Amino acid sequence: MTTLLMRVIPLPLRSAQRAKYVFERNVMVYRRGWMVIFSGIFEPLFYLFSIGVGLGGYIGDVTGPGGELVSYTAFVAPALLASSAMNGAVFESTMNIFFKMKYQKTYDAMLSTPIGVPDIAVGEISWSLVRGALYAASFMIVMAGLGYVESWWGLLAVPAAVLIGFAFGAVGMACSTFMRSWQDFDYVTVVTLPLFLFSATFYPLSVYPPVVQQLTRFSPLYHSVELIRALTFGVFDWSLVGHIAVLIGMGALGTMVVGRRLHRLLLT
Amino acid sequence: MSDALVTAHDLTKRFGDFTAVDSIDFEVQQGEAFGFLGPNGAGKSSTMRMIGAVSPITSGSLSVLGLDPATQGPELRSRIGVVPQEDSLDVELTVAENLMIYGRYFGLARSVIRPRIEELLDFVQLNGKRDEKVDKLSGGMKRRLTIARSLINQPELLILDEPTTGLDPQARHVLWDRLYRLKQDGVTLIVTTHYMDEAEQLCDRLVVMDQAQIVAEGAPADLIVQHSTREVLEMRFPPGTQEENIAQLSGLAERMEILPDRVLLYTPDADATSTEAHARGIRPVAQVSRRSSLEDVFLKLTGRSLVE
Repeated sequence: MTTLLMRVIPLPLRSAQRAKYVFERNVMVYRRGWMVIFSGIFEPLFYLFSIGVGLGGYIGDVTGPGGELVSYTAFVAPALLASSAMNGAVFESTMNIFFKMKYQKTYDAMLSTPIGVPDIAVGEISWSLVRGALYAASFMIVMAGLGYVESWWGLLAVPAAVLIGFAFGAVGMACSTFMRSWQDFDYVTVVTLPLFLFSATFYPLSVYPPVVQQLTRFSPLYHSVELIRALTFGVFDWSLVGHIAVLIGMGALGTMVVGRRLHRLLLT
Repeated sequence: MSDALVTAHDLTKRFGDFTAVDSIDFEVQQGEAFGFLGPNGAGKSSTMRMIGAVSPITSGSLSVLGLDPATQGPELRSRIGVVPQEDSLDVELTVAENLMIYGRYFGLARSVIRPRIEELLDFVQLNGKRDEKVDKLSGGMKRRLTIARSLINQPELLILDEPTTGLDPQARHVLWDRLYRLKQDGVTLIVTTHYMDEAEQLCDRLVVMDQAQIVAEGAPADLIVQHSTREVLEMRFPPGTQEENIAQLSGLAERMEILPDRVLLYTPDADATSTEAHARGIRPVAQVSRRSSLEDVFLKLTGRSLVE
């Protein structure tokens, strides 16, 4: 996992051979707190049953990404997966990172050992990736079990969810290095809630007037939703490359900012 | 080149316009316990962070274990132990797990760390707490665990930043005893403190820091001989009468320090001075005769009391 991440991150961060120990610390903590991970799996399932199955039963069929008629549940499920990949990554990378940095001084402790800032950045971001993958895999299993996965390509939704975790995890961690107190976390909700509601999550982009459509393209969650939706239905075109590029760009930028900020905050 | 473990020359640390450490020189020899004594904000912690290779030096030179902190940071850090001023234990993990993961940060194999955990828990007397969560420990226990943690890589040099601040007297003595044993085992110690008793107990040699500079250097006993008299007579007067009494005290002692609440008379023989003062009709509400301490050295050098 870590080696895979190494390929997409910029050169100055490649000296992160000890990132695995930062990752290992998180495994140690969550080995006992596995309920936390479990609850993360429930979130998209709750959405699926309430909005997908509940509301979907009322709405019936809608037009899917390939132009064919699909059930509303199958339409909305990929978006819920993308959203919860975002929420999981943002939660992990803001709250937890802030606590470890400001209160528990975990990073100060790490930095008094051979571990360096690049190790911390890469280790923490890889961890939020793996968590995201866990959520996504269990969600897909339930979706497949209920018969909502239309194509074998749907399996690709799992790596896609990992990519979403990377993008939002890196940006979230970068933001948390600017936060001064817990009050600042209100801004996280102010950003993520509208993203969740307006990123073509619950209806196709085409319902918006053209201006709003253009605006929505600035939402990183929109690209996440479109990517996973296209994969679940096995609909491929060049726009997928664009979605993937946006997410990789976000992740790379976030990782770079994290490296710089941690350096400035912890190694003065 | 001497066989000093740490050598600093003209060492300076600036944060913007603020100079935290102002061109200090010192050497720490192999096997000694070296102290930085000074009030809060004197620049002790900044110096510790530079030695620990987590804070880049602004100017001057610094060599630790023959290594350059700027370019050989990871190697340097793998050979030292650090006890930070603020506890940075992992409260989500147990006592033993804290030691395990910290050992892993050094890249040590689990099979190497496991026996060390048992040894270290024995050493800091926490074997009974092996599987307790860290937040259930008392302040003194946390401090001991932090010390155990700093020893997991069997460091040649141990840096302790105010190791006993905030602990009760009993816990402090337990800690001092452990540090003394480490010294016996040949570990070089660098300790910062603002307690003079701690400096006297622990340090073979120390520097007194004030306002980013070193104002005195030597063994605790030598510093006292150099900068103070053998004994001190402390007198406390009824509120409002200190000034009139001070007038009558002149010539009684080699030196006099006037603090807001009491007067310190520096003299070779406190009892003789006391008898003489009484003969002059001076009646303090309370008085203490004692030996000079590092506090007196600090007071003389800076005109201020150490713990404010």
